[in-house]
Amino acid sequence: MSSFAAADDLRLREVHAPQSEVAHFGPDQPLRMDAGVDLAPFTIAYQTYGTLNAAKSNAVLICHALTGDQHVANVHPVTGKPGWWEIMVGPGRPIDTDRYFVICSNVLGGCMGTTGPASINPATGRPWGLDLPVVTIRDMVRAQAMLIDRLGIDQLFCVAGGSMGGMQVLQWAASYPERVFSALPIAAAARHSSQNIAFHEVGRQAVMADPEWRAGRYFDHGVRPLKGLAVARMAAHITYLSDEALQRKFGRKLQNRAAPTFSFDADFQIESYLRHQGSSFVERFDANSYLYVTRAMDYFDIAEDYGSLAKAFKGTKTRFCVVSFTSDWLFPTSESRAVVHALNAGGAPVSFVEVETDKGHDAFLLDEPDLFAAMRGFLDSAARARGLMGAR
Amino acid sequence: MSAARVDLLMISQMVERGARVLDVGCGDGELLRLLAETRDVDARGVELSQRGVNDCVAKGLFVVQGDADTDLVDYPDDAFDYVILSQTLQATRQPRRVLEQMLRIGRRAIVSFPNFGHWRIRWQLATRGRMPITKNLSYSWYDTPNIHFCTIRDFVALTEEIDAKIERAVALDSAGASVGVSAPWWVWNLFGEQAVFVLERGRKI
Repeated sequence: MSSFAAADDLRLREVHAPQSEVAHFGPDQPLRMDAGVDLAPFTIAYQTYGTLNAAKSNAVLICHALTGDQHVANVHPVTGKPGWWEIMVGPGRPIDTDRYFVICSNVLGGCMGTTGPASINPATGRPWGLDLPVVTIRDMVRAQAMLIDRLGIDQLFCVAGGSMGGMQVLQWAASYPERVFSALPIAAAARHSSQNIAFHEVGRQAVMADPEWRAGRYFDHGVRPLKGLAVARMAAHITYLSDEALQRKFGRKLQNRAAPTFSFDADFQIESYLRHQGSSFVERFDANSYLYVTRAMDYFDIAEDYGSLAKAFKGTKTRFCVVSFTSDWLFPTSESRAVVHALNAGGAPVSFVEVETDKGHDAFLLDEPDLFAAMRGFLDSAARARGLMGAR
Repeated sequence: MSAARVDLLMISQMVERGARVLDVGCGDGELLRLLAETRDVDARGVELSQRGVNDCVAKGLFVVQGDADTDLVDYPDDAFDYVILSQTLQATRQPRRVLEQMLRIGRRAIVSFPNFGHWRIRWQLATRGRMPITKNLSYSWYDTPNIHFCTIRDFVALTEEIDAKIERAVALDSAGASVGVSAPWWVWNLFGEQAVFVLERGRKI
């Protein structure tokens, strides 16, 4: 068996029988989806860290980004790499697992154990593929709320996340204001911009243009649209970085060669890097799932749903800390500022930090001291207000 | 607290307990923290510098990055009991507009500023013929953030122009002590190194 085939077995195991906690919701507990369909049964796969206190007041829900998953602070079961936010979550980290009970669930439409297009449709016994109703951010949050109910938690101490995770944070605050004591949307926006929808469409078209996509039924043919999905990832990855960071890291440096080869080989380091990003991504991610999660972000527009942003957050008692990054051109500071203005208009307690960095959108995943200081300060003061400081 | 920021202590004593307060140009949050700790206020801040905002948030204060000149319009009417502008008026581009906005979004405005009419400043200008540089105003004219200096009398004239009512006023000398409470304006204007005003909306506003 090739190493790729072995990795694919691991990937499929995580879709169908994940190495995570799993919550099943039967026909008696359908998920009301924005598409106008009741989804039942469905499954949510999740990880937890730390201990829930007796008052159940120390729960932090982390919402993952587009292609993230529930493996925040443990070794990834498919890639064997460290958790995607170990730098932020753990004992003594800003989201301190000695103090907080941390929950992260795989989003609806994902491919790490929560119901998504790669999961089995109980009506057919075959994977859902494109028969799964289109998922929205609000659907993801509804599903998470059902999980939080299942865990017996009334109010979350904090909901935190970056990028698409930040969108879920904002949706939580709008949908369930009384269930969110504090909210930490990072590098996020209250809507997906035209440019961002455009980038997502390029990615989806790359997947769908791959002949192996087979109109979304590739699993029936024993193939996968790996090339299309890799190209989608390569294009998207550029948007997560900044021109400055790329120039600093790669410049025009050549890859293991002294001169250009006058071919279309990966002469430049940046080409080689992007190809690697593409090929390692497809080992762990499902192509149809990529279509669903990108679509969910595209449909996101809180102002449209509530009449205006200010109305969405009117009267909220949730404490907010909104964070953006100077070099993030995918979710620029202006988008965060629009959220802050709406919160201010409603008198909500809100802080807003724009972290200076050249690392682009992905800065929320990296070691940014200003981000860490802001999160510590915000969470510590919220913990004092919630009476959690003694828990340490 | 340094003697130079004795105005902060004075301002904190002017704020009612439990009030809703917005500190415009809150710097590293020294006044907000003082207010939160000693007056139990709902303390919010606006600060232009990222460094200041980050320091405030790290202290657990609610502060947003913003500009006194442009961002106060985003707040609704009567959002606060007090809107404070401490040692920042002279650095705004449109001091009159800022004051009007403060009195729109807050029931009261508290403003502290360095008095350019102080005798030492007048003396320097008169004897040397050059822009004054003092302990509190230590910038050279070409690199100062302070673009709209005023004297106490200038400020009083502005409050009349925008129909604001002076509820209370204090002038502080270089030692941080109040200049004679019942002294006339000209005495304050000569011996007050800085001034603190509490303003209310007049009838027309």
